[in-house]
Amino acid sequence: MITERDVEHIGMLADIAILRDELEEFTVSFNRILEYFDILDQVSSKGENEEPLFNVFREDEVAPSLSQEEALSNAKDTEEGFFRAPRVM
Amino acid sequence: MAGGTLSFHPDDRYNAFLRTIPEVAYGEGRLSGVPVAIKDNISTAGIETTCASRILSGYVPPYDATVVSLLRREGAAIVGKTNMDEFGMGSTTENSAFGPTKNPHDPGRVPGGSSGGSAAAVAAGLVPLALGTDTGGSIRCPAAFCGIVGLKPTYGRVSRYGLVAYANSLEQIGPMAASVSQVNLLMSVIAGYDHRDSTSLDAPYSHTPDSDIRGTRIGVPEEFFGEGVDPRVASVIWDAISLLERKGAEIITCRFPSMPYALAAYYVTCMSEASSNLARYDGVRYGPPPDVKKPWHEAFQERRREGFGLEVRRRIMIGTFALSSGYYGKYYAKAQAARKNVRKDFRHLFADVDVIAGPTMPTVAFRLGEKSDPLSMYLSDILTVPANLAGVPALSVPCGKVEGLPVGLQVMGRWMEDERVVDVAYAYEQGVKA
Repeated sequence: MITERDVEHIGMLADIAILRDELEEFTVSFNRILEYFDILDQVSSKGENEEPLFNVFREDEVAPSLSQEEALSNAKDTEEGFFRAPRVM
Repeated sequence: MAGGTLSFHPDDRYNAFLRTIPEVAYGEGRLSGVPVAIKDNISTAGIETTCASRILSGYVPPYDATVVSLLRREGAAIVGKTNMDEFGMGSTTENSAFGPTKNPHDPGRVPGGSSGGSAAAVAAGLVPLALGTDTGGSIRCPAAFCGIVGLKPTYGRVSRYGLVAYANSLEQIGPMAASVSQVNLLMSVIAGYDHRDSTSLDAPYSHTPDSDIRGTRIGVPEEFFGEGVDPRVASVIWDAISLLERKGAEIITCRFPSMPYALAAYYVTCMSEASSNLARYDGVRYGPPPDVKKPWHEAFQERRREGFGLEVRRRIMIGTFALSSGYYGKYYAKAQAARKNVRKDFRHLFADVDVIAGPTMPTVAFRLGEKSDPLSMYLSDILTVPANLAGVPALSVPCGKVEGLPVGLQVMGRWMEDERVVDVAYAYEQGVKA
């Protein structure tokens, strides 16, 4: 059972603010959905042997890409060719 | 045919488009001057691309998705960006931040989703061809509800470069049109290897549909007619399957034992992937900016609360929870085990049958507002998610109506046998006309 406090905590982990008046609806829907997911408890976690997976590698070669101007073209706040962001500390 | 300029001023009474281009320049090629609509989660250079989300409003991609480059190379006229559920999260197109699209067959009903704008644009005759994307049924569901044809290709056959990611391991771009031949043509333009997508397969598509299906073995799993499937829809589907039998196909009833776990496996997987993919939306590089005077987390949380709709926030949070320490084993790991079982069922069935057929959706199109409870909306995806979990090709072709509303027949095929899926749908379509 997920409580409103849990939902607030998950919102914080996911960096999504939740308003007070949204808490109840999120908590109800989380519990209904997670209850439905409980059906996965019946699945053996061993899983079947499958065709082997393989990695796709390539040489790391420099190729034409976006210019600095293009990369910055959608940012609202830039300074001397850099993105400006809120302070982390 | 030489290139030119196309005027595009559609009567968009169903809100199929988020934006249109009134004067479109086009070049020469197989699609010279043909209007093509593009779902709004596919990047178009110089044309705003929002995924129907406020968090991307004003974003103008500096580059084209590979599929868009391929369309332009064949002379297509890119006439507009179509409405969708925000980031592809929904089965009704009601989760758009810019208002729902309505179903041209009944404006009181949804077009399906999440590629509802693309399906409605084709069904209303505004464009002959459209691109959609399908993560758990988002091409096939609206194709079924709007009475058109839609193909989710084999995973890897169409490049995802420039597709705004929601759930990378599941999603594919695919063609939508009024007929199987047109879907086939559009598929031949967009498929092929792309070094910019590491999951891309070197398997170009060049095919002429063939309606001769004599000897084709069609599996019909009992589970696709289970609880929740409207008996009137089931009856229309069985009529379609009988027609294929009269055309010389062999019908084999079979079982799909992993079906009860497929939907939960799908939702755990797509929400987990979404929680990671959508972490990039902080407003710093694109979209409405955060308040730089506030500390990072506070500014970031506020921006994301205002920018994302309810369903997107719900999926990001449940995905975050499913991946969090202490719950990973219960949710994500089990979902991957169930996903392997779905692949195993397909492999097992395809050793005996050539294609699998059943309904695309358990019901006809919902009324607007009918699926306000998220879980009941998720449950409507039960018949489409298995193909995404396994990566196999799957197509929806119109096969009749229930109370005036379209029903779609779903045909799923072996990995890389998109051509055979197209042939079976073509045989059905030609058989109905005959």
